[in-house]
Parts: sequence; structure tokens; C-alpha cells
Amino acid sequence: MSIFEYNGSALVAMVGKNCFAIASDWRLGVQLQTIATDFQKIYRIHDKLFLGLAGLATDAQTLYQRLVFRHKLYQLREERDMKPETFASLVSAVLYEKRFGPYFTQPVIAGLSDGDKPFICTMDSIGAKELAKDFVVAGTASESLYGACESMFKPDMEPEELFETISQALLSSVDRDCLSGWGGHVYLVTPTEVTERILKGRMD
Amino acid sequence: MESVFGLVGKDFAIVAADTSAVHSILVHKTNEDKIMILDSHKLMGASGETGDRAQFTEYIQKNVALYQFRNGIPLTTAAAANFTRGELATALRKNPYMVNIILAGYDKETGPSLYYIDYIASLHKLDKAAFGYGSYFALSMMDRHYRRDMTVEEAIELVDKCILEIRSRLVIAPPNFVIKIVDKDGAREYAWRESIKDAPVAAA
Repeated sequence: MSIFEYNGSALVAMVGKNCFAIASDWRLGVQLQTIATDFQKIYRIHDKLFLGLAGLATDAQTLYQRLVFRHKLYQLREERDMKPETFASLVSAVLYEKRFGPYFTQPVIAGLSDGDKPFICTMDSIGAKELAKDFVVAGTASESLYGACESMFKPDMEPEELFETISQALLSSVDRDCLSGWGGHVYLVTPTEVTERILKGRMD
Repeated sequence: MESVFGLVGKDFAIVAADTSAVHSILVHKTNEDKIMILDSHKLMGASGETGDRAQFTEYIQKNVALYQFRNGIPLTTAAAANFTRGELATALRKNPYMVNIILAGYDKETGPSLYYIDYIASLHKLDKAAFGYGSYFALSMMDRHYRRDMTVEEAIELVDKCILEIRSRLVIAPPNFVIKIVDKDGAREYAWRESIKDAPVAAA
């Protein structure tokens, strides 16, 4: 079994009209044993920039701590928040530093850029960026997430419809994956506000 | 085989562990204490490679003590857990320690807490946790009977249920267990559950 599938995770981000949503499951497992059902996989970098980390939990925690450190240094030096594009390049560089002994994690970056233009992007564990205009997925449930997103996604959705779509895509996908689930965690970000919602899901 | 587990009650936390020192098919010792009293209000239950366990827990204990000497205030349980994770995570890509840790503590501000840290340095705050073969029984038992507002008596009764289940259902069950508790009055040994005593050694 792959080291990326050791803890289990499901991550997805979607773009709407001047907004985006990022969602994850709650499970932390060790192979088939569930350790916790309240494990956060999405981190807030600043109010308009979110980072999801799928894959090996320990590397996700280490990588998150390093990225927060680097972002804080940037804030001090530049006296402003990082743009999502810049942050994606930072994540990519930090990952590639460990080219021959990588962090076993797949990041999803979602943010509002200049002029509140939504930006989403994912990467492999060595920092190869993959930009998308519609949606990105990661984690053990990524295969079923691709299917769900492919059939449910529509361009230019309003925030409420976007929330419904990403939630349904996540919940239906994790039911086909043994290693993720136990409910969902959704952030819905518009230029004016950030909404955090907790989803209940199947617990088996 | 090795069993370490713990839980958080109303205003205390409990850690229990087996006390067998096993090598291959031989039991060398049945009174090996695997729960270290880290400082006045912290317990560290550890399982894994015997040498790594002894070395690593002592290293953490001494560094937590050093911090207290230098700064005049003790680390909180959360701080100690994050420090422990940091040390495990840095060691992970060099020469890893094979130790799984349950860290329980009591802080004036936050009350009792319990942290799960496995050998690859995944850290998570939990109400109940278990490691080793005993975890299959201890976790099931605790899922069924645990409540967040348990009294000491109720919690000990639950711990005894877990021990009984491990002893009766695990093929390679350890004979003896130690139970330690931490609350506002500090960390201390609570009781032993022994089914065999080490044979006394005749004087040379």
C-alpha cells in the first residue's frame, strides 16, 4: 500500500463566480483503523487563501508548519499577505527542496487573487504545479472525486450553489472510499466573507 | 503484546500500560514501567522498541525539565506534545525512534488533555487513545462505554474492563498492567493490576 494512503483523506476545491470553495473529510486513520474523526486537513493561510494537505498526516503537519513560518516572514518583510499564485510557487519550491526524499503529501491551494479572481491549484509531492479553471481534487478519494466533480460541476456558480455542489461531490465520493469520510468540512470564500460549514456524513 | 491506552475524564486523565518486557518469544520482566512521569502534571505512556522508548522518553523528560529551569514556567501539555512531535519528526528522516506516545497532562487553564503521537510523528488531541495489539480491544471498549464527564471511579472501572478484555481475548496477552493518573494535584501512579509477580531472586 502506498504511503500516501496510510492516513486517508479526501480534498477538493472548486471555482464559482468570483468565489471558491474548498472541502475535505474529517478522518485520521492508520491504514484501516480510525484514530480520530475530527482531523483538520484545510488550513487558513490568510482570509483569502486556503491550503489543503492530503496524504501522510505527519508530513502534512510538518509542511504546514514550515509554510506558515515562510508566510509569516513574507508578511513581516512585505507588510502584505501573499497572493495565491505566489504562495503556490512557495509551496512548490519548498516541496522541490526535498526532491529526493519528499514530503508524502499532495497540496491543494485555493485563494482569491488580485481583483478577487479565484485561483485553484494542486501539486504532486515534489511540487509540480497543476493549475485548473474548474476544480481540483486530491487524496485517497481522488478517483471518485474526479467522477463526482466532472458530472456535478458547472461554470460560474453563485456561492450557495457552489457550496451545495462541492458538498454533494465530497459526500458521495467518500462513501466509495474506505480511507476517508466521517463527515465533511467546507470553506466557502467570497470577496466579502468566509463561511465555514461542518457536514454530517455516513459513519461506516 | 504491548498495550498502551489512555482517556480523559471530567477533571483528570488516565494512562494505562502493560508492564511486560518481551524479546522474541521470551518475557524477560513483568514489572517494566512504560509510563513516565514527565513533570509534575504530565504523563507519557510509550510503546515501541524498548531501547528507543527508554532513550526518547528520558530525552523529552530532561528537555521539558530544562525548559522549566531556564524560563521559570513549565511547558503546557500542548507545548510538550508539540515539542515531542517536533523531535520525532526531525528524527524521522535521519534515524527514527520507534516509539508511539500517549501524552496526558493537566493544565490550570485548559484542564486535562490527552495527545496521540505515533512513531511517524502524527500528532492529534483526543479524548481516548490506544496503541499496540491491545488497541483493538481497548478502543472498542472505550467507544462503547466512554463518556467525557466520567468520574475517577467510573474511568478506572472502564480501564479495568479494557484490561480484562485484553487479558481474555488477546493470544499473547501481557499479565500485568500499571495505571497512572494526572489531575489538579499532579501526576502519580494509581494502581497495578498484577496477575503474576516476578519470582524473587535468591541472594548470591
